[in-house]
Amino acid sequence: MSSAPNAANAAARDGADHHGGAAHGSFRGYMIGFLLSVVLTIIPFWLVMGDVFGNNMVTAVFVLELGVVQIFVHMYYFLHMNTKSEGGWTMMALIFTVVIVLIALIGSMWVMHHLNTHMMPMSPEHMMHQMP
Amino acid sequence: MDFTQLIFGRLTLDAFPVHEPILVATFLVVLLGGGAVLGAVTYYKLWGYLWREWFTSIDHKKIGVMYIVLAIIMLLRGFADALMMRLQQAMASGGGEGYLNSHHYDQIFTAHGVIMIFFVAMPLVTGLINLVVPLQIGARDVAFPFLNNFSFWMTAAGAVLVMISLFVGEFAQTGWLAYPPLSGVDYSPGVGVDYYIWALQVAGVGTLLSGINLVVTIVKMRCPGMTLMKMPVFVWTALCTNILIVAIFPVLTATLALLSLDRYVGTNFFTNDLGGNPMMYVNLIWIWGHPEVYVLILPAFGVFSEVVSTFSGKRLFGYTSMVYATLVITILSYIVWLHHFFTMGAGASVNSFFGITTMIISIPTGAKLFNWLFTMYRGRIRFDVPMLWTVGFMITFVIGGMTGVLLAVPPADFVLHNSLFLVAHFHNVIIGGVVFGMFAGIYYWFPKAFGFRLDPFWGKVSFWGWLIGFYLAFMPLYALGLMGVTRRLSQFEDTSLYWYFVVAGIGSLFVLGGILAFIMQVYVSIRDRERLRDTTGDPWDGRTLEWSTSSPPPVYNFAFTPMVHDLDAWWDMKSRGYKRPLEGFQPIHMPKNTGTGIILAGLSVVLAFALIWHIWWLVIVSAVATAAVAIWHTFDYNRDFYIPADEVTQAEDERTRSLAGGSV
Repeated sequence: MSSAPNAANAAARDGADHHGGAAHGSFRGYMIGFLLSVVLTIIPFWLVMGDVFGNNMVTAVFVLELGVVQIFVHMYYFLHMNTKSEGGWTMMALIFTVVIVLIALIGSMWVMHHLNTHMMPMSPEHMMHQMP
Repeated sequence: MDFTQLIFGRLTLDAFPVHEPILVATFLVVLLGGGAVLGAVTYYKLWGYLWREWFTSIDHKKIGVMYIVLAIIMLLRGFADALMMRLQQAMASGGGEGYLNSHHYDQIFTAHGVIMIFFVAMPLVTGLINLVVPLQIGARDVAFPFLNNFSFWMTAAGAVLVMISLFVGEFAQTGWLAYPPLSGVDYSPGVGVDYYIWALQVAGVGTLLSGINLVVTIVKMRCPGMTLMKMPVFVWTALCTNILIVAIFPVLTATLALLSLDRYVGTNFFTNDLGGNPMMYVNLIWIWGHPEVYVLILPAFGVFSEVVSTFSGKRLFGYTSMVYATLVITILSYIVWLHHFFTMGAGASVNSFFGITTMIISIPTGAKLFNWLFTMYRGRIRFDVPMLWTVGFMITFVIGGMTGVLLAVPPADFVLHNSLFLVAHFHNVIIGGVVFGMFAGIYYWFPKAFGFRLDPFWGKVSFWGWLIGFYLAFMPLYALGLMGVTRRLSQFEDTSLYWYFVVAGIGSLFVLGGILAFIMQVYVSIRDRERLRDTTGDPWDGRTLEWSTSSPPPVYNFAFTPMVHDLDAWWDMKSRGYKRPLEGFQPIHMPKNTGTGIILAGLSVVLAFALIWHIWWLVIVSAVATAAVAIWHTFDYNRDFYIPADEVTQAEDERTRSLAGGSV
C-alpha cells in the first residue's frame, strides 16, 4: 500500500467534512425560505387571534398542518436536504425519522384511546370531563 | 423565605442520614476507601498523569476504557444493592422482619435497577463500542473526538449524582421507571425522584451525543473498500444500537421533562386530576424503555458474532442473514412496547397486536442463534474464556427468550406480570445476554487495549461464578413467581418461601465470587503482564481490522489507512501475505486533548444538585457558567496538531522490532 491513495482519501474525507455532498444555499434560497417561514408563522397567528374559522378544532388542525409545511420549508431551504445529499443518507434518515415518529404518535393515540374507553369513571368531576 | 433557605434551598442537616446505621457504615467505608485511593494517587503523583493522559483525552480507546472502568465501579455499587435485597428477602421470609426498613428497601431496589441499566450496562456497551468500532472500520478516531470525551463525562456526572443521593438526602423509592402518580410531587415530595430525574437527564445528554457521534463515525469514516456489507457484525450492531439511541433517548428526555414540570411548576401532565393521565407516562416511558433493552443486547450479539467466528477459526455463518436479523430486530423493537403494560387495560385488540409483534421478535433472534451454532459446527473451536461466555450465553439466553415468549402471551401475562417470574425473566436475558456478552468482549479486546491478555484461570473462575450463581439466584425466582410472589416486597407472611430465597441468596454469593474473581483477574494480569504480553497485536488469530495494528494501538491507530477487499478484512490480508509498510510515513493530523468536557460535566453536577435541592441562586450561577464555558470552547480554534512523520516512523519501527522479537 502506498501513501498516495491514502493522502487522496484523506483529502476526499476532509472535503466531505466540509461539504458533505449537500447543495450550498444561495442568498436567494435563504430569502425564499425566510419569507415562507414568516408567512407560515403569521397565518397561524392570524387564524387564532382573528378566530377566523370560529371552531377551535378546525383551527388546531390548520395550525398543525402549517407547522408540518414549515418543517419541510426549513429542511429544504435551510438544511439543504434533498434526495441526493450525503449520498442519500439524509433522505434515508428522514424516512426513518418519519416512520419512528408515526409509530410513536399513532401507537400512543391508539393505546391511549383504548385505555380511555375502558377507564372506569373515577369521580363525578371525572365523569364531567369525559362528557362530550 | 428565611436566610438559610435562600442559601441552601431544601438542604438541611436532616438530609444527612445519620440515623441510618447501615448508611453511616457505608459512608465510612466509602470515605476510607476513597481516601485511600485519592491518597495513593496523590502520593504517587499521578494526578498530572491522569489529567493529561486520561481525563482530558479525546482518544477513543482511552475514553472506551474509562467508560468500562466507570461501569465496573458502578457494578460494585449496584451489586451491593442486589446482595442487600437478597439478604433482606431471605431474612424476612424466614419469619423475621429483616434488617432493612421499607423506606430504605424501596430506595435500594430503585437504585439497583437505575444503576445496573444506566450506569453499568450502558457504559459497558458504549465503552466497548468506543474502544473497538473505530479500529474495526480502520479510522483514526471517532467523528467528533471532543464530543466523545464530553459524553463520557456527562455519563459519569449522572453516576456521581446517584452516588451523592446515597449520603445527601435520599434516592427515589418508586422503582426504576418512576411511574406517576407515585413519582408525582403528592406522593413523593422528597428529593429522591428529583435525584432520579436529574441523574438520568444529565447522563442522557451524554448517551444521546455519543449515539450521534458513533452513528456519524460508522456512516462516514469507514476506510476505503469497506462497504456496508463488508462491515464486521459488531460494527453493524453498534450502528443499529446507536440509531436506536438517537431515536429513543429524546423520548426519555421529553418524558422526564414533563414529569419534572409536574413536580417543579405544578403542571398536570401525569397527575390523577385536572386532565392529567399517569398512563400516558407509562406509555411514553416504554416507547423509550423497550428499544432500550435492544440497545443493550444488540452489541452483545455483535460481540458473540466476533468471538464465535474467531474462536471457531471460520467465517461467520450467514453474515447477510445476521445483518438483516439485526435490522429487523431494530425496527421491531419499536412496535412492542405495550407488552410492558398488558394489564393496564387497553383491551383485546391492542394486546393481541403487541403480543404478536413481541413473539415475532424471537424469529430473527432465533436465526442469529442458529447462525452462531452453524459457525461452530465443524469449526476448530478453541475454548478460551470468551468462547465459554458465548456458550454460556447461548444456553442461558434461550431459556430467557422462551420465558419472554411466555410473557408475551397476554393472558399468561395477566397471571405473571409484576411477579418474581418477570424479575427472573429480565435478569435471565440481561445477565445471560448483556453481561455475558460484555465480559466476553472485555476479555477478547483487553489485549488490544492494553497490550497483554487477561489471566485465563481467573477468567474461568469468574465465568463459572457468574454462570452457577445466575442459575441458583434466578431459577428459584421463576418458581416463586409462578407461585404468585410479587416483586419489590420487603416483607413476607409465608415462611414456606424461605428456602427458595435462601437458595437465591446463595446464588448471589456465587455471582459475588464471579465479580471478585474478575477483579482478581485484572490484578493478576497486571502483575503478570510480561507473561501475558501480546507482541503480535493479533493474539487470537483474529479476522477483523483491529488485530492488524499493534496492541495497544498507537494514538493514530493506523499509520496508513487500510484498504478493505473482503469481509473479515484482516483474515483476507493475512491469507494474501500482507506486508506491513515500513517507510514513507507522513505526518498525521490529530485532535488535541481538552479539559472542557470534564469542566462542563462538573458544572452540570452542580446545576443538577442545585435543581434537586431548590437552591435557585446556584441554579442560575451554574447554568450561566455552563453556557459560558460551552460558548468559550467554541472560540478555541487551537484544537488540532500534527504528529510529525519522524515520530510515526519511530513508533512503527518499534513495532517492527517487537514483531521480530515476538515471532521467535
